[in-house]
Amino acid sequence: MSHEAGVKTGKEKLIYMANQIASFFETMKREEAVEGVADHINKFWEPRMRRQLFEIIDRGGDGLKPLVLEAAAHIKRPQEARA
Amino acid sequence: MCFVNEIDYGTPASRSDKTVTLTIDGKDVTVPEGTSIMRAARMAGIEVPKLCANDMVKAFGSCRLCLVEIEGRAGTPASCTTPVAEGLKVSTQTERVQAIRRGIMELYMSDHPEDCPACAAGDCEMARMAETVGLKEIRYGREGENHIWPAHDGAANPHFLEPDLSNPYFAYDPSQCIVCSLCVRACEEVQGTFALTVEGRGFESRISAGMNEPFLESECVSCGACVQACPTGALREKSVIELGMPEWSTVTTCAYCGVGCSFKAEMKGEQVVRMVPYKEGKANRGHSCVKGRFAYGYATHKDRILNPMIREKITDPWREVTWEEALAHVAKEFRRIQYQYGRGAIGGITSSRCTNEETYLVQKLVRQGFGNNNVDTCARVCHSPTGYGLKTTFGTSAGTQDFDSVEHADVVMLIGANPTDAHPVFASRMKKRLREGAKLIVIDPRRIDLVRTPHVEAAYHLPLRPGTNVAVLTALAHVIVSEGLVDEAFVRERCEWDAFEDWAEFVLQPENSPEAVEKVSGVPAETIRAAARLYATGGNAAIYYGLGVTEHSQGSTAVMAIANLAMATGNIGRPGVGVNPLRGQNNVQGSCDMGSFPHELPGYRHISDEATRAIYEKIWGVKLDEEPGLRINNMLDAAVEGSFKGIYIQGEDILQSDPNTRHVAEGLAAMECVVVHDLFLNETANYAHVFLPGSTFLEKDGTFINAERRINRVRKVMEPKSRYADWEATQELARALGLNWNYKHPSEIMDEIAATTPTFAGVSYDLLEREGSVQWPCNEKAPLGTPVMHVDGFVRGKGKFVRTAYVATDEKTGPRFPLLLTTGRILTQYNVGAQTRRTDNVVWHAEDRLEIHPFDAENRGIRDGDWVKLASRAGETTLRAKVTNRVAPGVVYTTFHHPDTQANVVTTEYADWATSCPEYKVTAVQVSPSNGPTEWQRDYREHAQKSRRVVHAEPAE
Repeated sequence: MSHEAGVKTGKEKLIYMANQIASFFETMKREEAVEGVADHINKFWEPRMRRQLFEIIDRGGDGLKPLVLEAAAHIKRPQEARA
Repeated sequence: MCFVNEIDYGTPASRSDKTVTLTIDGKDVTVPEGTSIMRAARMAGIEVPKLCANDMVKAFGSCRLCLVEIEGRAGTPASCTTPVAEGLKVSTQTERVQAIRRGIMELYMSDHPEDCPACAAGDCEMARMAETVGLKEIRYGREGENHIWPAHDGAANPHFLEPDLSNPYFAYDPSQCIVCSLCVRACEEVQGTFALTVEGRGFESRISAGMNEPFLESECVSCGACVQACPTGALREKSVIELGMPEWSTVTTCAYCGVGCSFKAEMKGEQVVRMVPYKEGKANRGHSCVKGRFAYGYATHKDRILNPMIREKITDPWREVTWEEALAHVAKEFRRIQYQYGRGAIGGITSSRCTNEETYLVQKLVRQGFGNNNVDTCARVCHSPTGYGLKTTFGTSAGTQDFDSVEHADVVMLIGANPTDAHPVFASRMKKRLREGAKLIVIDPRRIDLVRTPHVEAAYHLPLRPGTNVAVLTALAHVIVSEGLVDEAFVRERCEWDAFEDWAEFVLQPENSPEAVEKVSGVPAETIRAAARLYATGGNAAIYYGLGVTEHSQGSTAVMAIANLAMATGNIGRPGVGVNPLRGQNNVQGSCDMGSFPHELPGYRHISDEATRAIYEKIWGVKLDEEPGLRINNMLDAAVEGSFKGIYIQGEDILQSDPNTRHVAEGLAAMECVVVHDLFLNETANYAHVFLPGSTFLEKDGTFINAERRINRVRKVMEPKSRYADWEATQELARALGLNWNYKHPSEIMDEIAATTPTFAGVSYDLLEREGSVQWPCNEKAPLGTPVMHVDGFVRGKGKFVRTAYVATDEKTGPRFPLLLTTGRILTQYNVGAQTRRTDNVVWHAEDRLEIHPFDAENRGIRDGDWVKLASRAGETTLRAKVTNRVAPGVVYTTFHHPDTQANVVTTEYADWATSCPEYKVTAVQVSPSNGPTEWQRDYREHAQKSRRVVHAEPAE
């Protein structure tokens, strides 16, 4: 079988997951939604994932929903990789 | 060695609050109104002889052995069917009743085999009753008409029936049967299957399974309730016939599903003779299913691996080594990997099959020993959305009730769960309540058995399209709000009013109306409206749900939608109501409670909370990582990307149970040290470098926590066959990694859990010994545990309503994949089947089948039993078709109990937005006729065979 939907690269997956989270919060009031997305990612995303997310955001955030980009300011930047 | 004996009171307890006082054999006895004289007598320590009564079924009054005399009343009434009354004077031992009893027993014994093997073994009440009533001789002889002899005087005996040995676990010998109908009543009242009946009349009457069929071919579900009830040797466990009567017993907890039934393990030395459900077990109240009672043979199956094994590459054969060598190897590899790739490059997976103590140790090993939070558990793929959804709305991650609560429910709403297959003992309890008149609403794409089964019929079945739960649940809320059915007093007092108002405004939006939702879900708007009205106004309404709710891209949203419904209608905080997740595995609740998730410590406390970390840092003597760790799926992603290289997997077969098998295989193959700790060389072990042999629930002490938060003891009945119980193996691994662990008994681990986790503060093995079991929270505020949660207030303070917008899954049907696949379980098999496939349960389910509607089958030229190819965007597999209208047109269904089927080759990586719980319940597929296994299945089987080679080395010493 060919690699189609469901088999994404790591970055594509992260974008997909972040957008999925945003979809849940989107119907809420903007402030609550922004906070909701950031809080969720802070609570559940391991630093490696957040680091990748920031790489995507820092390169313009292609593919990310506006709500994710707005929430980015509230997402904790992980510390540099430790040994 | 002792034997656990339970008192049989003869008839069920009365629930009345009023008491009456009577005199039995000169003793004053005070009992609840409605109690039978037989039960009252037993409560006073007086045993009235009986054959056809036990305290799990209603009295029937057929054997007439329990006759008594009552002052001022005529005749000799049966004590089982006669209720107590104020001031009665009862005599149970008069000469008159004794003479009658002897006469009855004499007649019974004249048609009972003289050489009855069950009587000889002490497994037949007949001999005991004959002795009790003082029967000395049988004046009639056994010469006349009887059911005993195959032939007499050269002529065949028309009344004789051959024993029925069709069921693999029990035998039915009609020659020993006295037609007391206890088996029939147990099947009806306790199990609720109605498979047995008495056919014929008078001397011709017989117990008959189904339409006079062998047990195996009838609708019998082999729960064994009839065997347990049978007072004679007519229905006996084959294991007892083979091994003889047990010598000692102890109470333990079943290791199959989340119902968590208590059993007496009845033993001969270290051999299990039989498992008998324990009446005092508060989850099961003396009942069981075919798995718990009978399917324990895997524990001694020849496939069990009993020695540790190592190999350098996964293409090498396995090499048996000592525990010391294996553990030293793992420790060295894990430390090397961390040195080379970073501290976060390894992780662990705890098992929902193992005990709390074992699970606690694995997460401790990860956090204390590995120095990260890369720990996860198989709840990831089942009920993680329950955790997220209920925590958000109610404040804690667990079901709100005990199982007894269903006895007080007036309306049961069952969503995405199939309890008669997956939680059979709870299903029996639910069916009992439904037969008493409670109403049932079923929300499920399949026409599950409970939609219509003997003496149970759902008031409404909402056969929604897979993937539209949230839309339908929100539409129910729309009806409740728009028709003014909200319990406003409850909401105002107990919930955040602002959030409620916001939610109410949201659910009233036109896209959430039943009419709009009908278009996406396929459920008629009127049915949605009627179901909502019944749920909101039918009295105590309880929601029970399963993986059909959680295993979706909106799993967490659906759980919150359920919580919203319960809050809006005030159905929280008392018996008979609530939100009840039916948990999959025996200890999935416990594994979650024990901090198996990468973001939280035991008791659902987030890892970022400094005060909580400080508790553990103090006793573990290390600094804990404050960042959440990787989930299973993230570990696999990280492995593919090269930053995750080693994993310790205790008792979980992620290759078979997790979605998109190819991706799991790819992830595992990218790691440098995969350690599998299990009973068998499971599918994941095909990718392992180290195998550590596991222990069964029979080989260790510990606790399991079931779906009702009940902490039940697991008790060791045999030594671990592979030297170490799993907790000991983890401890040895921790020591090899340089940690100073010195637990001598699992009770010491529980003490550490209690000392560090507020909801477990009162739990100890002493308490469990005294109480049998307790439900957490168990602490100063609730010293004996908490049967019903959120009674006076929610754990989070005020309940929180959350907007639950329906977002369609991205897994969509189209021309290439026009059907929706959903997955589930069947009664006799369990999850990946590692255990049940190694028992006689395979006679009921030798392979996974694809259920397909006759319309879809005919369109494709598929007949029942044909091989078909099941293809999705992720992969393809083959299996045989079962044409049935249990599934709607457009929907197909299969189980995933057999590794050859590889159903998860087909499932995709779509997952719940909040918890990454995979979307097992929705996969777009195509089905077409096929000749046999796919290339992947062939390759996989070859790889599996190769990777299971073991080189048995000579002992090193």
